[in-house]
Amino acid sequence: MARALMKGTEAIAEAAIQAGCKYFFGYPITPQNEIPEYMSAHLPKAGGTYVQGESEVASINMVMGGASTGYRVMTTSSSPGISLMSEGISYIAMAELPCVIVNISRGGPGLGNILPAQGDYRQATRGGGHGDYHVFVLAPGNLQEAVDFTQDAFDISQKYRMPVMILADGFMGQMMEAVDIKPRKTEDPKSNADWALGWFDERGGKRAVIYSMLMNPDELEAHNTKMQKKYELISSNETRYEHFMVDDAELIVTSYGTTSRVCRSAVSNLRDKGLKVGMVRPLTLWPFPNTAYSDLPKSVKGILSVEMSAGAQMVDDVRLATLCDLPIDTTGRWGGHSPTVRQVEEKCEELLKKAINK
Amino acid sequence: MAKGRVTVREEFCKSCGLCVEACPKKTLRIADHLNPKGHRPVEQFKPDDCVGCAMCARICPDVVLTVYKID
Amino acid sequence: MSETQVFGMPKVWKSEVHTHYCPGCTHGIAHRLVCEAIEELGIQNRTMALAPVGCAVFMHQYLDIDMMEAAHGRAPATATGMKTVRADKIVFTYQGDGDLASIGMGEIVHAMNRSLPLTVIFINNAIYGMTGGQMAPTTLLGQKSTTSPTGRDAKVNGYPIRVSELLATLAGPAYIERVALTSPKYIIKAKQAILKAFKNQVENKGVSFVECLSTCPTNWGKRPVDACKWLEETMMPYYPLGVLKDFE
Repeated sequence: MARALMKGTEAIAEAAIQAGCKYFFGYPITPQNEIPEYMSAHLPKAGGTYVQGESEVASINMVMGGASTGYRVMTTSSSPGISLMSEGISYIAMAELPCVIVNISRGGPGLGNILPAQGDYRQATRGGGHGDYHVFVLAPGNLQEAVDFTQDAFDISQKYRMPVMILADGFMGQMMEAVDIKPRKTEDPKSNADWALGWFDERGGKRAVIYSMLMNPDELEAHNTKMQKKYELISSNETRYEHFMVDDAELIVTSYGTTSRVCRSAVSNLRDKGLKVGMVRPLTLWPFPNTAYSDLPKSVKGILSVEMSAGAQMVDDVRLATLCDLPIDTTGRWGGHSPTVRQVEEKCEELLKKAINK
Repeated sequence: MAKGRVTVREEFCKSCGLCVEACPKKTLRIADHLNPKGHRPVEQFKPDDCVGCAMCARICPDVVLTVYKID
Repeated sequence: MSETQVFGMPKVWKSEVHTHYCPGCTHGIAHRLVCEAIEELGIQNRTMALAPVGCAVFMHQYLDIDMMEAAHGRAPATATGMKTVRADKIVFTYQGDGDLASIGMGEIVHAMNRSLPLTVIFINNAIYGMTGGQMAPTTLLGQKSTTSPTGRDAKVNGYPIRVSELLATLAGPAYIERVALTSPKYIIKAKQAILKAFKNQVENKGVSFVECLSTCPTNWGKRPVDACKWLEETMMPYYPLGVLKDFE
């Protein structure tokens, strides 16, 4: 596909199809409706099927059923819908099934509104549902990343057999940018015959069983331990981040997704004024890129976390990553508002002044 | 002369007695001894009356009984 | 004089495993009938099933077929996902009344309405078994349970739901029948119904549903034989046996 101007939601949908996803299960919710709409129009042409679930609860369980066969499947939703899916995501994680979940997040809690927000950070990075599990979470900051991350999400979910989430706020879903969507090489579903259902003959007349209830505490402990080892492996192999102008920085702005675009402009403007500001942008929210913060140059005197969530959520992980060694402040807007470039600049200038006066 | 024969997988029997009730010829009863799981298994105490109808096996929830017809 | 085996263990039944069901619980009968149907249709190598949350959660230990545990009540949705991806497979769910008619009422209604070829085995024993005898949506009026200690009161708890009748109002289902597992004559009929429900799917004839009236001797506080009698005398008048829908 040639470079084309596309809306975020549609770019994600097409990227998924080009990554070999032929089965989509979802339920309408704003601001992500273009994804199921796109899928319902384009999947049949790609030899696949779109199924509209009767709820998000049903949709994620359809995803679980589809995933159990070893084929690439996905669902998309927005914040309140992801809450409803959390039970299913916990089951999918426990059953070690691969699937991709996209959250085009909106304002909350409750129904909130349909405008962009980043209030689902904790839900996404702490799993959302019950039990000791993680979802691999990718946070694109532009639409080409949204495309690439969606395709990576399928590869990673297959490689580690776990749910992978794209956490993109409503801006990412609704804005348009030029994207290049290439077909991704995918595994033969039959290569999953060692664990997936539906390959009885291929396994030589042996059945497969997928279960998540382990009544024996020794078995459950062993299974949980195995999953934790997998998470450690993922953390060391797949953690991603971007450093922007951090080399001699005195103040680090940190943000992900849409807010990182605001911060990038602010950092560039402040650099033009001669102020030593840089940016750390996590691309994976879980695993959180701790080294992106522990490896900062000695010149750094403080960190500012910029988020579209009341009280800020990612800042907790930043504190953990820095072992609270650096002063950390937050700014942002919430409830459907986004912070302005000027707001971030002013906060940076204020913090730098404080640091100098110390 | 027996027209049928029933074999019992004693260790799988839970002593529920549904087969005893279902047998039209009343050839089955709960035995006195215990199986390894602590249940008193079913036994065919009147084998000569068995007609091999398999009513016992049809109602057994634990697939304990195998039934043969004798011609 | 010669001897022929007229009744034995179906090959699909995992012979070496002891089921965890209480003595006299009719789950085992339903399991066996499913095994027999799978064997007779020669579909063991292409059947995928979903165990519910409830007493049958460990069903995958007893049947030698591809199986997965579904979340509570969600088996029809999970089955929809499986069948959507693998239309060449035979997919069935096996659910109790708490799973299917309470928490999973939404999923079953929509799966039946969607009419994607599936087979649903519904075990109605008018109580929650696994959790210890609590009131189910199918618990009869006046029936005592651990959460209706003085008997189910319609003013507080509503009325027992006749699931098969409810689902039969939908345009989607191909076949709905209610059977019982309390005596050989009913079990022979139940076998025919379950066989048909699977055969329909083999022939790509939409979604089939068999409700099996079952006993729960432990939580009913009855001996297995008495539980069968109670079912026939008390449950059956409210949940009459028979075909509620048949496309043919």
